[in-house]
Amino acid sequence: MSKRVLLIEDEPNIIEAIRFILSRDGWIVETHSDGATAVAAVGKKRPDIVILDVMLPGKSGFDILRELRCDADHANLPILMLTARGQKKDRDMAQAAGVSAFMTKPFSNSDMLDAVNALVSEQQTTPTVADAPSDE
Amino acid sequence: MLSFNLLVLACLSYALFLFAVAFWAEKRAERGQLGWLRSPVIYTLSLSIYCTAWTFYGAVGYAARSGIEFATIYMGPTMVMIGWWWILRKLVRIGRTQRITSVADLISSRYGKSTTLGVLVTVLAVVGTTPYIALQLQSVALSFAVFGVANPGGLVEPDLNHTALWVAAGLVLFTILFGTRNLDANERHHGVVTAIALEAVVKFLGLVGVGIFVVWGIGDGVGDMLARIDASSVSKVDIDGTRFITLTILSGAAFLTLPRMFQVLVVENAEERHLFTAGWAFPLYLFGMSLFVIPIAVVGLDVLPATSNPDMFVLTLPLKYDQQGLATISFLGGFSSATSMVIVAAIALSTMVSNHIVMPIWLSFRKDGATVSGDVRSVVLLSRRLSIAGVLALGYFYFRLSGGSEALAAIGMISFTGIAQVLPAMLGGIFWRGATRTGAIAGLLVGFAVWAYTMFLPSFGEAAGYSADLLANGPWGVSLLRPQALFGVMGVDPVVHAVVWSLALNTGAFLLGSLVSFPRPVERLQGAQFVNVFEHTGSTRSWAQGTAEAEDLLVMAQRIIGASEAQTLFHVEAEAQGKQGYLPDATPQFLERLERELAGSVGAATAHAMLGQIAGGIVVSVEDLMAVADETAQMLEHSSQLELQSEELARTARKLREANEKLTELSIQKDAFLSQISHELRTPMTSIRAFSEILRDGGQSSEPMDPASLTRFSGIIHDEARRLTRLLDDLLDLSVLENGQVSLNWSRTNLHDVIERALDTTAQGLEGQDLGIERNAISEHIAIETDTDRLAQVFINLIANARKYCDADVPVLRISAQRLANDHIQIDFIDNGSGIPKHKQNMIFEKFSRLTDQAKAGGAGLGLAICREIVVNLGGSISYLPGQGGAAFRIDVPRVHHKGR
Repeated sequence: MSKRVLLIEDEPNIIEAIRFILSRDGWIVETHSDGATAVAAVGKKRPDIVILDVMLPGKSGFDILRELRCDADHANLPILMLTARGQKKDRDMAQAAGVSAFMTKPFSNSDMLDAVNALVSEQQTTPTVADAPSDE
Repeated sequence: MLSFNLLVLACLSYALFLFAVAFWAEKRAERGQLGWLRSPVIYTLSLSIYCTAWTFYGAVGYAARSGIEFATIYMGPTMVMIGWWWILRKLVRIGRTQRITSVADLISSRYGKSTTLGVLVTVLAVVGTTPYIALQLQSVALSFAVFGVANPGGLVEPDLNHTALWVAAGLVLFTILFGTRNLDANERHHGVVTAIALEAVVKFLGLVGVGIFVVWGIGDGVGDMLARIDASSVSKVDIDGTRFITLTILSGAAFLTLPRMFQVLVVENAEERHLFTAGWAFPLYLFGMSLFVIPIAVVGLDVLPATSNPDMFVLTLPLKYDQQGLATISFLGGFSSATSMVIVAAIALSTMVSNHIVMPIWLSFRKDGATVSGDVRSVVLLSRRLSIAGVLALGYFYFRLSGGSEALAAIGMISFTGIAQVLPAMLGGIFWRGATRTGAIAGLLVGFAVWAYTMFLPSFGEAAGYSADLLANGPWGVSLLRPQALFGVMGVDPVVHAVVWSLALNTGAFLLGSLVSFPRPVERLQGAQFVNVFEHTGSTRSWAQGTAEAEDLLVMAQRIIGASEAQTLFHVEAEAQGKQGYLPDATPQFLERLERELAGSVGAATAHAMLGQIAGGIVVSVEDLMAVADETAQMLEHSSQLELQSEELARTARKLREANEKLTELSIQKDAFLSQISHELRTPMTSIRAFSEILRDGGQSSEPMDPASLTRFSGIIHDEARRLTRLLDDLLDLSVLENGQVSLNWSRTNLHDVIERALDTTAQGLEGQDLGIERNAISEHIAIETDTDRLAQVFINLIANARKYCDADVPVLRISAQRLANDHIQIDFIDNGSGIPKHKQNMIFEKFSRLTDQAKAGGAGLGLAICREIVVNLGGSISYLPGQGGAAFRIDVPRVHHKGR
């Protein structure tokens, strides 16, 4: 059965690229471009993994990440964060907010695929992650 | 005999000439070349509207009936001009500092900006002036009739009513044309004043001409004339001392309170020192006007048949001796007297009616207050124009109703007495701090009622129910209330009776009302301002700090005093506060100043109410009241010093605060700059890398990619590469501009061509929706020395922004250009969208300060930053213009390049 990914990103060309890469690998790719309604979209679509951009209209990726982690439903949801700024403090902030993986733009297509697949298999092999809340 | 048609022709050409003179003066004023047109001589001559047809024709008739008593109407004003000169000076000073627009405004403003008082005085003025206007129409009609009777064979049969109607219509036209050109009643009506000054000369020549003819033409010099006067019945008339004094005082009072006199004395006064000249010149003018009245009356009674109307001697005497030229000049003199009075009275009354009756009603109908859409100016102007027509219509109907009473003087007295009722409230207001609104209202109501009962209504006779029985026995047989013998005071001349009773009861009610009532805070403040106008001119602190939004105030001010005037006012204030742009802090001082500016257009009460709706009520602090209650000169001086210091401190603090805010924001921005650059570069690179890898993998894999995807993906790579290039270009451009290393290509061109070019370029762009362009191509034809490419770049950017961001259903961009006095050119780009929120307005010209999301913007947010750098390099400035309804940008560039900048 195909895995579903929700891509939260607002640059049309990057959306198209990621969609192409992942769907070629058998993923079902859904997209959402508005930061303000992103959390609601995750709740509704219930994807297996979320790819989240930082610079979004309406609400920043960090805020979305924090809100998702506060919600018990999404506490274990694998979230791959993408950023075009790539400074160390961004990475630290994402880590603190409980990100699953972090990637800097531009990325190589194979890295992207690997990261997404790794996150999903990790999720499957460790079904009890929920017991260890990330509160560091 | 002079043909009646010829007379009509002369009259019409004279009227046309007046129009031309008024027009010429307005034109000169517009060009700022007033020169001698604002000299004290013109001011003095304009005061001569005091001499109406009543004094021109009526004085002779008056003299023929009552002898030397006619002189009272000249002596009153003369006494005021010479003896009460300091009252005038105080009135003029108050009028100027408080931007008073009329008598009603003065009273309303003094007593706490009271709407009730404004309405009351306005009604009184309209009722009191109507008979006077009727009188003018009547005298013009009569004078036409004199010529018509003298020449019965004329083609046009003079009909009193028709003549009056035509004259009234002509006056409405003139007054509307030249009296309502600008809204600010405090601005001078140069055209009107000049025409009036000319008319003053004509009527002087007319009367003096007839006088000289009478003394040296008909009579045999001065000696002969004196003998004739001695022999005449005119010198036999007994002088009633009481009546003489009463009438003199009455004339003096009317001189101060007549709406038209207040208009020329105070409102149209250009400089206070003109009063010095008028102080001696105007009495001289009056002397000249009165010198020949007795001789004309004596000779008229002598040589003309007993049936002829003494009021028309000035015309009938020259006609009898067949002096056509002289008769015509004299006729034009009378015509001038009548018309100039009516014109100024109509202007003064229309200002009152529109400011104190129409505007308050209009405001109360608009619950959401002064910030609603629509141009307030057109409402005010329309109401002034309608009021002018209304006032003249009233005058005409009074004329028809009163049936053309023969004695001009009687009507004049009624009018004088009515309007003199304002005197106690006026003098009390400017000299007595204890005078209150309640007192003023009580005095005015009582005075008005007594005047109407004893003088105004009786003038209608039976029509108003004043039967002989009522006069003899009083209403319902109550003899104490007999209209001409109130409280049993009998055997007094009716005029004296009415004047003394109305003014005495008025003053009594005013004093009593003031003593028993307690003034409201605003009254106290205004009272101090008026009474102590020479000691401290300036700020009453009646507005609270910071409750008003400067942008709301600007929107309102633009609708009342006009866009450019309001913008200048706000800009100057902002600069004085040490701020940039068009939005000063709404400090109490600024609100105070703004209120005075608005008061100049719509009157104090209305301005106060409108501002109150935005600024949210007035706050009078305990300190203010203390200061008002017992301020000594020392305290005043001390506090004004402190005030200066604290103002200076406040200004510095404001500057520092603004600088600090800006620095903090800039430092955050600098920090963000690198990460921004990184983001802007990495985003297109992401797409490029991803798709180039896809293409590469596609080339290597066994199943080749379909041609459509291939084209599409390489297209994306191409677009993103171009986006990168554009970004780098912009960054380099900005860096060059910021460092001042840019080499500009100065050349002469036509601004119109630059705008054309920018519009052509943006029309080809595919982004954004259709954008309507509104412009006035003619005003764009200005020669300018600039870097054409760079200026066009700025325009293109602004137009493209409007195309992208204007969120109106039917987006329209208005482009307007004008040449400023300092040889700069100002170009505005104003769209009809929702504009830029206030908190973002400060930052839009900074780098990367994009307001919307990037997908929509498609740029890096450098456009306006580049625009600003270009304009600064061209020696000008670009700013955001708030309060225009949409996003509005104003570019100000020098028209000519000054080397060495």
